[in-house]
Amino acid sequence: MNLLVSLFKTSIGKKFLMALTGLVMVGFVTGHLVGNLQIFFQPDRINGYAHFLQALGPVLWAIRLFLLVCVAVHVWAAVALTLESRAARGPEAYAIKKWLSATVASRYMRLSGIVVLAFLIYHLAHFTLGVAQPGTFKTALPEWKMLEDAREFGFPLAAKGDVVHDVYSMVFLGFANPVVSIFYIIAVGLLSVHMLHGIDSLFQTIGWRSAKWSCLLRKVALVYCIVYFLGNLAIPGAILTGIAKPAVGTYAAQKLAASPAATSSAVQP
Amino acid sequence: MVAEHSVKKNFSVTLRVWRQAGPNQPGKFVDYPATDISPDMSFLEMLDVVNDGLTKIGDEPIAFAHDCREGICGTCSCTINGKPHGPGKGIATCQVYMRSFGEGDVIVVEPFRARAFPLIKDLVTNREAFDKIQQAGGFISVRTGAAPDANSIPVPKEDADLAMDAASCIGCGACVAACKNASAMLFVAAKVSQLGLMPQGQPERDKRVLAMVKTMDEAGFGNCSNQYECSAVCPKLITHDFIARMNRDYLAALFRSNFKPVSGASDGGA
Ligand code: HEM
Ligand code: FES
Repeated sequence: MNLLVSLFKTSIGKKFLMALTGLVMVGFVTGHLVGNLQIFFQPDRINGYAHFLQALGPVLWAIRLFLLVCVAVHVWAAVALTLESRAARGPEAYAIKKWLSATVASRYMRLSGIVVLAFLIYHLAHFTLGVAQPGTFKTALPEWKMLEDAREFGFPLAAKGDVVHDVYSMVFLGFANPVVSIFYIIAVGLLSVHMLHGIDSLFQTIGWRSAKWSCLLRKVALVYCIVYFLGNLAIPGAILTGIAKPAVGTYAAQKLAASPAATSSAVQP
Repeated sequence: MVAEHSVKKNFSVTLRVWRQAGPNQPGKFVDYPATDISPDMSFLEMLDVVNDGLTKIGDEPIAFAHDCREGICGTCSCTINGKPHGPGKGIATCQVYMRSFGEGDVIVVEPFRARAFPLIKDLVTNREAFDKIQQAGGFISVRTGAAPDANSIPVPKEDADLAMDAASCIGCGACVAACKNASAMLFVAAKVSQLGLMPQGQPERDKRVLAMVKTMDEAGFGNCSNQYECSAVCPKLITHDFIARMNRDYLAALFRSNFKPVSGASDGGA
């Protein structure tokens, strides 16, 4: 039997693909959050980091393509498995439906998944493609001139004097809109719930879970998801409440100072 | 316990039972009063009493499957108040006693619902799909001849115990009935592990897991979503750890079967 065909056709094969792509995405969202938290430092940090990513060129595209394939396979497997499972119940549903041991997160995987997918599309349109809020997209903002050399673990990201996109201002202006921020918070909340079952489940699917440490696994997943949610909440939360204010001299600071009352007007093109 | 309950008075309940004359026929719930029920009756004895009453008035008795009535054959199968095998843990329907219910209760009794278990009549379903899965690999091939010496094949005690846990599966189908996806993973995992844990099961280990999972998929069962409703209703308390074990076994077998060199023996080689 051809390996790939089996993985895409059999029940356990599809679950395995779902678990692998899920694991890749968990890795990605973790790294993505850590990168984004640099918004709380000087603008040089996140702008230098974004510049570095952009400068990867074809490598960046390879990574993007790989992640897109992962999302596509994950969603395809979710739909295929769900349709098969629906059909498997047979012509008649139970009159009384009871949950006995399933965790709450596990009961809403499809719902949380769909909201996350909708959010993902919006999020890419917002910060990657620039079609959701073209007025505050990085290419529409004045460019940022690096004040210092930016380094990560000693690795140079951007040099002093480099002229780069002002991602820092884009994020501040984007999240100044309460609707955008609240959708973001709801979506990352549901993503955290999705991952709460997902992380537990993927170990079972790959065959690495047993009663000996299943309790620990659930606790680790819970702590991870809480930390992930709080980390993500911090960005729109701090911007929306004004706890985090854009650094003096940035475009976002000028723009928000010009219209402090109606923050949402700042995002109008 | 028994003494305490045996002084309890007889009581009455209402049975709300799924009645369906045959496959592909319309079915519906029908209410039957079950009066003067002793708390020490088993659930199936109570059904016998109700059926006696139905027979006397010329009605069709409720069809339900049963055989050993002591929790070892896996024949009795119905969903009682939304839970396969009804109230209690680690018991089959035949081991449910009426003392689990109270005066005036409405007890809803449904057949196991799964496309792979087509309904035959009322509460009786056809669970042949499990036999097909077993026939695909739930055995070991041995040459007949003189019996080997007892204990000539050493088996670690832990493996023997674990294999025994898996082997306690009575194939009742409650795991499928309880699973929101009507998945048969717990059953298949138990059968795969029972042999896969023993030295005698090794020669056919990969072939077995691949064939049994294939047959499971073909039978139209759903897909596991790791919610463990199955082990929660298993009358033998078989753990879903066996599902993780089977997943590992299956994936390893799948990869091995694709990368193992093929012998030329069938082409007339040595
Ligand atoms: C893009 C939209 C998404 C959809 C529609 C979706 C849908 C699903 C569904 C239906 C399941 C199956 C649950 C089950 O079988 O019980 C699942 C599992 C999983 N998802 Fe997602 N998901 C999405 C995004 C994500 C993301 C972004 C991540 C990670 C950050 C993720 C991580 C996981 C993991 C780890 C699993 C567990 C795999 C397993 O059961 O072995 N998913 N997803
Ligand atoms: S009748 Fe045999 S297990 Fe219930």
